[in-house]
Amino acid sequence: MSLGIGCTARPGNSRNNKTGSWRVFYPVMDHDKCTKCGTCQLICPEGCITVNPDKTYTIDLDFCKGCGMCAKECPDKAKAITMIQEEK
Amino acid sequence: MTLQIMEGSIAIAETVRLCRPQVISAYPITPQTHIVEGLASIVADGRLDAEYICVESEFSALSACIGASAAGSRVYSATTSQGLALMTEVVFNSAGMRLPIVMGIANRAISAPLSIWNDQQDSIMMRDSGWLQLYAEDNQEALDMHILAYKVCEDHDILLPAFVCFDGFILSHVYEPVDIPTQEQVDKFLGEFKPYQKLDVNDPISFGMYATPEYYLEFRYEHDAAVKRAADALRKYGKEFKDVFGRDYSELITTYKLDDAETAIVAMGSICGTVKDAIDEMRKDGKKVGLLSIRCFRPFPSTDIAKALSKVNTVVVLDKNVSLGAKGAVAIEVKEACYGSDVKIYDYILGLGGRDVRKKDIKAIVDLAEKGKGDMFYGLRQEVL
Repeated sequence: MSLGIGCTARPGNSRNNKTGSWRVFYPVMDHDKCTKCGTCQLICPEGCITVNPDKTYTIDLDFCKGCGMCAKECPDKAKAITMIQEEK
Repeated sequence: MTLQIMEGSIAIAETVRLCRPQVISAYPITPQTHIVEGLASIVADGRLDAEYICVESEFSALSACIGASAAGSRVYSATTSQGLALMTEVVFNSAGMRLPIVMGIANRAISAPLSIWNDQQDSIMMRDSGWLQLYAEDNQEALDMHILAYKVCEDHDILLPAFVCFDGFILSHVYEPVDIPTQEQVDKFLGEFKPYQKLDVNDPISFGMYATPEYYLEFRYEHDAAVKRAADALRKYGKEFKDVFGRDYSELITTYKLDDAETAIVAMGSICGTVKDAIDEMRKDGKKVGLLSIRCFRPFPSTDIAKALSKVNTVVVLDKNVSLGAKGAVAIEVKEACYGSDVKIYDYILGLGGRDVRKKDIKAIVDLAEKGKGDMFYGLRQEVL
């Protein structure tokens, strides 16, 4: 992306700003433990958890800021999401 | 050329009219009031086809200017002191959005204590905002710099906003003979405003977007580079200005009897007139004193200043502002410009909050500098301390 004078941008440009670079911890989902309750998808403030046709979940790490809410809110009986420190 | 005797503010309002701004948005505040009053009358009388937006605060005034400039209009505003302080966020935003807004600053002190009188603390407060800052010595310069500022700001290699600073009351309310250019001259020099980019519903863009840590540093670098490029643009268009209007603005500094001077006085704004008179009297007494007047504070003409001061022994900097806990803003930068040279540079904070500065004060300061006394507030009334 070249710099626009005055920091101007065309519509839809925010897709190019991969805010996942802010992350310190990233979520890893254990699909064997996951009960497919959908809490993580509902709770994600960035809307970067999507449901796949087979009802598994995919986390878009381009935009996940690593807030850890999905891991925190994942029900006790599952605890399918673990936050792992980024190695940069 | 016909000289007319006019109040500074009215001369500025008439000159802004000649620049044909399409949107004017301003909030009245002493001592800038007569400019916006004058422009309101000019628009109401149908002498200028512009949208005059009445707003509820200075924050809104400059915000409206951002919208209008981004939509492709030539815009004008004017303010001072507390009004400029209230605009702060918008001052930085408009510069970052690289909008060529011209704003007159009738320089006034900053509260507290409340003061409506002149010093230059208000525009100096915005030193790091990325606006160009021009300082007028007299009313003719104040109105000429408005025209020049539009020309430089609207250059697509520059795209920056500019303050035209003139001392409140000392210039804004003083009647002086001025040459108000003709409409033909101003049209010839400025031409139509051609925006580099603009808001358009059929081809939408957003201004002043978000920059992640991967990009913010580069945006600031580009902004800094544009402010630095403005130095050459000011010289180039200042020369063109002379061809059209007959007055030369091709230098960012001017000098008076500096060539053979042993002591140089560095100052900015209307005080330079007093300094010139004091220099004439000191020269009669055999003192070789000269003046370096800074017309443009941002970009700061460091190289020009270092060169102009290379032959003097002593430099006296007159600062109508103070960076509390450090020195006057002009002195800090003059010292930086002359770093590595043997010249002695002394700073004098004076004239704050409307305190008069007279010829005798200038002479007393030169005497202090000769004795090696400086980097001080000048003229303190010890009996009230």
